Amino acid sequence: MLYNNTATHIRRELLVKVASLALKGLLKERIDRVPLEMIPKGQPSIRCCIHHDRAVIKYRLLAILGFAMEKETDELRPLSSYAEEALNRSRVDEGPVLTVIDEACSACVQSHYFVTNACRGCVARPCVWNCPKKAIQMINGQARIDGSLCVNCGLCQKVCPYHAIVKVPVPCEEACPVGAISKDSQGKEHIDFSICIYCGKCMNECPFGAIVERSQMLDVIQTLLSGKTLVALVAPAIVGQLPGDYPQLVTALRALGFHKVYEVAQGADETIEHEAKELVERLQGGEPFMTTSCCPAYTRCVEIHVPELKPHISATKSPMLYTAEKARDENPGTLVVFIGPCVAKKEEAIQSGKVDFVLNTEELGALLVAKEIDVPHCEPSTILNTPSDGARSFPIAGKVSQAVAQKVKETVEGIQVRPIVVDGIDRQNLKLLRQVIKTKSEGNLMEVMACQGGCVAGPVTISKPMAAAKKIEDWIQKNTTQKSKTQEMVAIEEKTLVGAR
Amino acid sequence: MKPSKDAKNIHVVICSGTTCFLMGASELFGIEKTIEGSLASRITVEGSPCMNLCKGGSYGKAPFVRVNDTLISTATLPKVIEEIRRQASL
Repeated sequence: MLYNNTATHIRRELLVKVASLALKGLLKERIDRVPLEMIPKGQPSIRCCIHHDRAVIKYRLLAILGFAMEKETDELRPLSSYAEEALNRSRVDEGPVLTVIDEACSACVQSHYFVTNACRGCVARPCVWNCPKKAIQMINGQARIDGSLCVNCGLCQKVCPYHAIVKVPVPCEEACPVGAISKDSQGKEHIDFSICIYCGKCMNECPFGAIVERSQMLDVIQTLLSGKTLVALVAPAIVGQLPGDYPQLVTALRALGFHKVYEVAQGADETIEHEAKELVERLQGGEPFMTTSCCPAYTRCVEIHVPELKPHISATKSPMLYTAEKARDENPGTLVVFIGPCVAKKEEAIQSGKVDFVLNTEELGALLVAKEIDVPHCEPSTILNTPSDGARSFPIAGKVSQAVAQKVKETVEGIQVRPIVVDGIDRQNLKLLRQVIKTKSEGNLMEVMACQGGCVAGPVTISKPMAAAKKIEDWIQKNTTQKSKTQEMVAIEEKTLVGAR
Repeated sequence: MKPSKDAKNIHVVICSGTTCFLMGASELFGIEKTIEGSLASRITVEGSPCMNLCKGGSYGKAPFVRVNDTLISTATLPKVIEEIRRQASL
């Protein structure tokens, strides 16, 4: 599904409204009016009626305030009361970062195959012939599937010469690679958080926008307003997500009130360093291969669903954690906020205890809009501590293993790293991961990214993955040219100095 | 890209301020690839810094796109393409 759609727009508009009210100190006073403003009287409703639309907006706001739907006990409790609680809490409620709005879930019909009117009732009838359960009969000149016999194998769909048979899926269940979302007796979807890997795919695929992320945006705003010092850790994927370039974004973040800004690519350099060392040790120790560890949805997926692969995951920490440690060391007592396009990172941050809050791309965008900071209008900041090109390329699939391979090549002789990339965790690739141990693979460094394309295609992104990847590559290119120019100039200067002597 | 003075040329300006970008302008770039070839050669596409149309709400909602002199609010690819086609047929 294209992610630029009505559900996305509503979410972003609400984020901006909440951020704007919170920054003005009007949240508690005004939030009860937001559902009415969003769905005014007299306009055509999206669902059955404006009241249902408004109820769903209320629940969306609840998630934006940081609450899980599952915790609601009194339906009459107004948003203002939740807002008050949210404004006064010191810590975000732990617990799953995803939550399902049952009021928004349309309780889709169980996934099934269906014969449409395009059926011509042909003579050959390959559907009838190929159905292993004899579930198809001809009624009034058209094929009909008996749901009580059908096992959803899909053979009839494949063989129909008129493409008359369609699969009616349940989008969230279809998107979940690990089968963590399913219906209750009412047909509403529930996530089994004991097996969910927080890849965020269900959230994006639900056409009703019923699966939402619990936001920590309000906690960040409150901390900024309280005058406490906050440090921002910016994921390298963010560079491709907003207008303007990274040095301008740094200025924008400082204008928002962040005390300091760290590029998480700095931590990625640490990851490259450690992972290269670890890979060499493991290969020399006779292990056939190692896998990367920077994608938290992947590591959780292995933990729960492919435990046999666990010993092969690198013990190296993720770029976020290295950067967080550095930021904490250099700024004792400050709070640390990670900004990225990922749902699973939020879970990783909570579990690690090293990151205080996580903002996603949309929430950062909403904060900037609410504070009327236009990134392309910001003066570019000077970037010190420039990370390597390889580290800045981390959000593009294939680049992590490439950077590690390059590092090994530069530092150790006689070891050849052959990277393989598993680009995206879907059901098929999950099967592949389960077979990796059994099959002898050509590669000895396996990179796995839960999102196809890498973090540039993360669950909460604003730009299209291709455009985002290109922007990151352009920015790296621009810096390399600048760097080599400075080096050239230094070289020329040195020469001149030598000449002068 | 500079707007051409050729009367047949259709100039598309996409606001790339943070608000418009967040509300979907990011998806509008690449319109040359989406639109039919005969029109693709007639349009010039340009990103603009914030056009200040999002403040106050009197021009509608972001994202904003200008197709020559016509302003489109809540711009989507189909909406912009429709306007380009309309102007091309004038």
